[in-house]
Amino acid sequence: MNVWIAVTVTGVGCYLLKLAGLVAPQRVLEDPRVRRFTELVPVALLASLVAVQTVTTAGDLRLDGARIAGVTAAGIAFLLRAPFLVALVTAAVVAAGLRLL
Amino acid sequence: MSAAEYAAGETGTRTREANAVRDGLNIGFSSGMSGLAWGAAAIPAGLSVQQACALSILAFSGASQFAIAGVVSGGGALFTGTLGAVMLAGRNALYGLRLADLLRVQGWRRAVCAHFVIDETTAVATAQPDRASARVGFFATGIPTYALWNITTFIGAIGATRLGDPERYGLDLLGPAMFLGLLWPRLTAGATEVRVAVLGALIAVLAVPVLPTGVPIMVAAFAALLGLRERQRERERVKEPVR
Repeated sequence: MNVWIAVTVTGVGCYLLKLAGLVAPQRVLEDPRVRRFTELVPVALLASLVAVQTVTTAGDLRLDGARIAGVTAAGIAFLLRAPFLVALVTAAVVAAGLRLL
Repeated sequence: MSAAEYAAGETGTRTREANAVRDGLNIGFSSGMSGLAWGAAAIPAGLSVQQACALSILAFSGASQFAIAGVVSGGGALFTGTLGAVMLAGRNALYGLRLADLLRVQGWRRAVCAHFVIDETTAVATAQPDRASARVGFFATGIPTYALWNITTFIGAIGATRLGDPERYGLDLLGPAMFLGLLWPRLTAGATEVRVAVLGALIAVLAVPVLPTGVPIMVAAFAALLGLRERQRERERVKEPVR
């Protein structure tokens, strides 16, 4: 599959899901189990993305101290309620700094 | 209603709408600037400047964009990777369900509004005390975020093409840090969220050596099934997580 196709499908797919929520009948969320499951799917996906991008590289486990420290620094920044971009820059700066050493 | 009461009510409405605009601009600015991080991360992942910008224009959903970049950089299965990226946007459908009643838009306006249904606009709109200021907050967040996100994507991407090794600048940290930021407010919503997150992370990491890139993320979605074991009482207590 070509990268452009992936880009286009992701773009169109994201838009259609946003639209789906606005046009769907409100009763879709009436079943609490359906509601709860749909709330928790993003939690599982986001957590797995954090983990995979932190401790793996190109399909293999790789513990990179600088990267782990950077993600930890971002976590501390979010804990301290830092703005989004500040936390991201903190993560990058911590990792870049450790790699300089 | 006396003239004085009317004037007071009018001022109240204006104050609430001004507050919604202020909330929107604040969040819109910081999220919009994060496009710099997206642009800078997209290039080392192997996307072109045009592809990075196309994703910001079309998808306008940071998590999905970073997810597809992760798959491209891993040289992984693009099909399942795309599926995972689109699934991440599934939360926007839930936001849309909640926003539909606040926005009450039809026809082409609804088609336009849909593009702005994201974490940030939902957070601002649903935090307002009434429908009018919710609508104001939605657009005051959505429009600046979209404009800035696209401009900064381009700047970040162009900048990254001129840098050398992305790891030297810690650009590989932008993806995981962004996902952590989106995950954070959800973790504080309840114990089930924490359990689902831990299980999802564990499943994905264990699956990485044996499955093609992108697929472990999809498999991790099964962790959400833990929510079905929750007791009814617990479920009712849970707050709605919106960043």
